Amino acid sequence: MAQVETAVNAPHRLGFLATLRRDTWWVEPAAIAIGLTIFLGYLSVSAFLDGWSYEIGPYLSPAFEPKLHGVYDAWWFSPALFILWIPVGFRATCYYYRRAYYRSYLLQPPACAVGDLGRKYDGEGHFPLILQNLHRFFMYGALIFVPLLWIGAIRGFHDPDQGWGIGLGSVVLCVNAFLLMMYTFSCHSFRHFIGGGLNCFSCSAWTRARKGLWDRVSAWNVNHRLWAWSSLAWIVFTDVYIRLVANGHITDPNTWSGF
Amino acid sequence: MAEVTMRIFRGNANGGEFVDYTVEAPEGQVVLDVIHTVQATLANDLAVRWNCKAGKCGSCSAEVNGKPRLMCMTRMNLFPPGEPIAVAPIKTFPLIRDLVTDVSFNFAVAKEIPAFKPRPPEADGTYRMMQVDVDRGQEFRKCIECFLCQDVCHVIRDHPENKERFFGPRFFVRLAELEMHPLDMEDRTELIRKAAGIGMCNITKCCTEVCPEDIHITDNAIIPLKERVADRYYDPFRWIFGKLTGK
Amino acid sequence: MPDYETHDYDVVVVGAGGAGLRAAIEASAQGAKTALVCKSLLGKAHTVMAEGGIAAALGNVYSEDNWQVHFRDTMRGGKMLNNWRMAELHAREAPERVHELERWGALFDRTKDGRISQRAFGGHRFDRLAHVGDRTGLEMIRTLQQHAVHKGIDVFMECTISRLLKDGDRISGAVGYWRESGSVIVFRAKAVVLATGGIGKAWKITSNSWEYTGDGHSLAHWAGADLIDMEFVQFHPTGMVWPPSVRGILVTEGVRGEGGTLTNSEGERFMFRYIPEFFRAETADTVEEADRWFQDKNNNRRTPDLLPRDEVARAINAEVKAGRGSPHGGVYLDIASRRSAEEIKRALPSMYHQFKQLADVDITTTRMEIGPTCHYMMGGVRVDADTAASTVPGLFAAGEVAGGMHGANRLGGNSLSDLLVFGRRAGLSAAEYAKSLASAPRVNPQEADAVARELAAPFERDGESPYAVQRDLQSAMQELVGIIRTQPELEEALQKIQELKERAQHAGVEGNRQYNPGWHLALDLQSLLTVSEAVTRAALERKESRGAHTRDDFPKTEPEWGKVNIAVRQGPSGTMTIQKEPLPQMPGELAALLEEKK
Repeated sequence: MAQVETAVNAPHRLGFLATLRRDTWWVEPAAIAIGLTIFLGYLSVSAFLDGWSYEIGPYLSPAFEPKLHGVYDAWWFSPALFILWIPVGFRATCYYYRRAYYRSYLLQPPACAVGDLGRKYDGEGHFPLILQNLHRFFMYGALIFVPLLWIGAIRGFHDPDQGWGIGLGSVVLCVNAFLLMMYTFSCHSFRHFIGGGLNCFSCSAWTRARKGLWDRVSAWNVNHRLWAWSSLAWIVFTDVYIRLVANGHITDPNTWSGF
Repeated sequence: MAEVTMRIFRGNANGGEFVDYTVEAPEGQVVLDVIHTVQATLANDLAVRWNCKAGKCGSCSAEVNGKPRLMCMTRMNLFPPGEPIAVAPIKTFPLIRDLVTDVSFNFAVAKEIPAFKPRPPEADGTYRMMQVDVDRGQEFRKCIECFLCQDVCHVIRDHPENKERFFGPRFFVRLAELEMHPLDMEDRTELIRKAAGIGMCNITKCCTEVCPEDIHITDNAIIPLKERVADRYYDPFRWIFGKLTGK
Repeated sequence: MPDYETHDYDVVVVGAGGAGLRAAIEASAQGAKTALVCKSLLGKAHTVMAEGGIAAALGNVYSEDNWQVHFRDTMRGGKMLNNWRMAELHAREAPERVHELERWGALFDRTKDGRISQRAFGGHRFDRLAHVGDRTGLEMIRTLQQHAVHKGIDVFMECTISRLLKDGDRISGAVGYWRESGSVIVFRAKAVVLATGGIGKAWKITSNSWEYTGDGHSLAHWAGADLIDMEFVQFHPTGMVWPPSVRGILVTEGVRGEGGTLTNSEGERFMFRYIPEFFRAETADTVEEADRWFQDKNNNRRTPDLLPRDEVARAINAEVKAGRGSPHGGVYLDIASRRSAEEIKRALPSMYHQFKQLADVDITTTRMEIGPTCHYMMGGVRVDADTAASTVPGLFAAGEVAGGMHGANRLGGNSLSDLLVFGRRAGLSAAEYAKSLASAPRVNPQEADAVARELAAPFERDGESPYAVQRDLQSAMQELVGIIRTQPELEEALQKIQELKERAQHAGVEGNRQYNPGWHLALDLQSLLTVSEAVTRAALERKESRGAHTRDDFPKTEPEWGKVNIAVRQGPSGTMTIQKEPLPQMPGELAALLEEKK
């Protein structure tokens, strides 16, 4: 290949934050950093807030799905952590979240045409970041969570003591299951799995069917960022809402009585 | 008719500086029009590449107020009146003069990509391909080789030494097109992983942001290629499955 | 004594658009050591701007189509002035050239059964244009470029050829300069293929880029080759007219091929009033029939919106003059009311993009304002149809720089197929010619030195800016040698060209030789002025109206003039001379094809 220059000509220079941009390019990465920090920070803390009730009547915070705590009540942290590594890993290796945290946390680069951090750059070519290639395995796991969360959402219509009913919390849980489902189904690895790996869509009934699904997933995938943020924000909101209800700070409008 | 001040970089590999030129800019002009006015009236020797002036050839790439853009598709009314508009050469390639850079890196990389290798044709000597199978490739073949994606990609923009082991977004688009081509029989997966260095891309999507042809470089080319590389190298289940089924 | 580098090749191809690339691929495939020299970067040549498609009688959409019908359409579109043999070869070989592109990786739009789809275009009896949305030229140049990359062709990018060199009466090489460094480069070559494209930059409103300065036409002329048909300059009927800075940028004929219609300020589809006698039998005379034609080409006649380009350009010109134009001096092209937004975006994506970005117009909801723009040069180097050889041994020409193929007017879509068919033939014959030479021709060093000194001359002058000379030339050609011509105006144009030649001799440049566009333009002015003069002189000579050449003072098409080409050549003292030459005689069986009713 062509000979390699390691310097750069005027008017440009190399180095962290080197740019000729004059707009407020830092707003987006800063906003993302703040948003991620708040949401992820809250969720990490929430998992350990065992003392602050996260369940009432038919409602269980989705951060504690699936419902394992009846089995290991003695633990001081959410037993759900045993399997929570799946959705956590799914998001951590997600192509959208990678973009977000590479830009906002690792500053590689903080924004387009703005110098990145670090003299040397290897990307995802080596350990540990080469493990990002395992995204698909988290995706397979996340697929299992889709029905689990819907089961949780349906359980939100059924109070163990008072039977079937509906409340604002039931709706909140349904929206939560829906957003998480859309986030999962719009995943890049899922898109590849469904049909993206094919070179011929028209060759057989099987590939044509996969092409039909791939089209749908592709349309969702365009908005993967939207699903990533809305599902993240909503799970936080749902957790907060249920805890507020469970601890008597607010009242959930519903058809049941007693909470 | 409004007056505008263009702050244009003048210089070569030995150095240079931004020079202000104030000219008339009638309604509806694009940055390239104003550059031409400067060239025809105030600086005859102002070096700039351009051809079609309609966003079809990808010659007039530059960084306008720090953002990689095609000058012919950047309308002047995008900028607040009264402020000088800075026009600089693209950063990733060595400067020749003023707004012109040496983009030969890209032509060298193009040579490293194994050629299209079609399967044998039908009995009548021609091919049948369905539109659904060429749609993906057609998106990639919209590429006008303006090299703005190559310019903005921090892997080589901020780390020139990486040019030895990274092809850049333009050529992932090309590789994706070949790999998804319904007639092609060549296997370039190993090349994509190793020589092309797809692992170095951290999908921060600046290439997609600057693409004047709206090619979804990251979502439709790079990520699918990463997934294909993962199929081959990072997915033991698929590997075992492939061995068992002989695929 | 100037310093320069020297390179030895069997075949040097000048120009890397469709014809140049195809020629280089073929020459190289024949085993010739081949160089490809181009003024821009590889892949930026004007071919990239071709939008509509490649005309080839594949018969994929209408099985009734075949090379004979294509031949007939081409000859009639060219008002029978075409070189019959070129038109025949073109129609016969175009399908194979298109299939070849597909073998090299091109991805054309498909029919339902998976063949190459074809679209309707002006002057073509059937849907004939293989296409990729409205970016067919890009697909073609990229396919050729990517195929050529692995063929061992040496590419000299951003390198301008200024003169051809001769050893006796045959070609011995070429001299030029690197645009990047300004240093001189000499090629010793057994054969040279010109594939430099057109001359559109001599006009003010043009769809052509800075490169289109008639270099190949001039190089051939200066080397003693004949030019023919120089009076025929095509004005494309549909260029953008607003805003002023994009005036002239092409709007593909594909818009009309996809169902778009031309209307005037009164909302009238005026083309029905401009159907010429020559095309009356094959053109719809009611709106209903015209609209039906889009679905059924066998039982309806073609919409007059898709008459050949010369007819449509003249009609638009007349409507605007009659006061029925749009606010910015064009007419309307309406696809918004004819097709759904989705169909428009699918079939014409780059038109959608172009209007949205440059004019703030959404063509899926709003009519476009369009008007004629200088587009294509039918005339060029006189070549032998089968070998693409010019009248100078060792000099070949293909594509827009070659004359004869399109006669008095080119049909849309016939250009891209022309590039492929004759690019290949030129490369093949050039390689064979190079092989056949017993000894390599000699380059006279003094001759090369003289060119090198001439190249440096503009730096030693302190006259006016070359941009001013170019601007005045463009205005003169636009006003005096445009769509409609008269003797007094043409004579005035000749006068002005003489003055501009004088001014160009004194134009000086600032700065140094490193990538200096002012200097490049000062050098390009020579060829611009040469071709402008050739066009004007030929236009003055042809005292009739035919195809793209319309004389207000001789409005009729005269049968006598249909038997001759006008040849332009260099006289003994370097002056330009004009001569009428009889057209090659068409064999009876081909002539019979033209007689047949449609």
